[in-house]
Amino acid sequence: MTINTEKNGTALSVTLEGRLDTATSPQLDEALKASMPGITELVFDLEKLEYLSSAGLRVLLSAQKVMNKQGSMTVTNVNDTIMEIFEITGFSDILTIR
Amino acid sequence: MKELTIEATVENIETVTDFVNEQLEALDCSMKVQMQIDIAIDELFGNIAMYAYNPETGPATVRVEVEKDPLAVIITFIDNGKPYDPLSVEDPDVTLAAEERKEGGLGVFLVKKTMDNVTYEYKDGQNILRIKKKI
Repeated sequence: MTINTEKNGTALSVTLEGRLDTATSPQLDEALKASMPGITELVFDLEKLEYLSSAGLRVLLSAQKVMNKQGSMTVTNVNDTIMEIFEITGFSDILTIR
Repeated sequence: MKELTIEATVENIETVTDFVNEQLEALDCSMKVQMQIDIAIDELFGNIAMYAYNPETGPATVRVEVEKDPLAVIITFIDNGKPYDPLSVEDPDVTLAAEERKEGGLGVFLVKKTMDNVTYEYKDGQNILRIKKKI
């Protein structure tokens, strides 16, 4: 998986490419922990993300919990397979998806 | 029927996924179903890699069978680790807010929701988990 982060003041955009799964989720967790302090606006771009498993959901959940305290988090460009996973697990109600 | 026996490690999830995908592609499986199966492999083989032999590692066998009329694929995950029935875990409450969510349980829940059938048995010292998906 490729993770691209771009910081602009207190805004952080994270672009994910490939698969967010058991093997790759720790990388995202690390990247977020390093870049999230002080961020008030976090945007994930999932256009090039093929799919994610529960390991990826856990990382998104912990990011959401942090952003609930310090600002906002948005998930964009969600494909059908990923949207279905969000719906099955109730993440469609937890995350702000647009 | 084809099967692969491999050390159950997180690094080997990709090898198992490639092995199964090769056979799904030969069946003209849709991309969506293939991704759902790939996710199931990540959850199930990942669980074996992380928990079955913890703190050591051990082998797991992944068997792929094809059923006809209706066309379906059956994937069996076998390990000789600690007896563990993932289906015995209570389904997570997916209506809870972020702060109230507990860790764990989501992976197997996803597999149960996206596959057509999931069964578990413990036999002759082996955990045998089987998923079936129409393609």
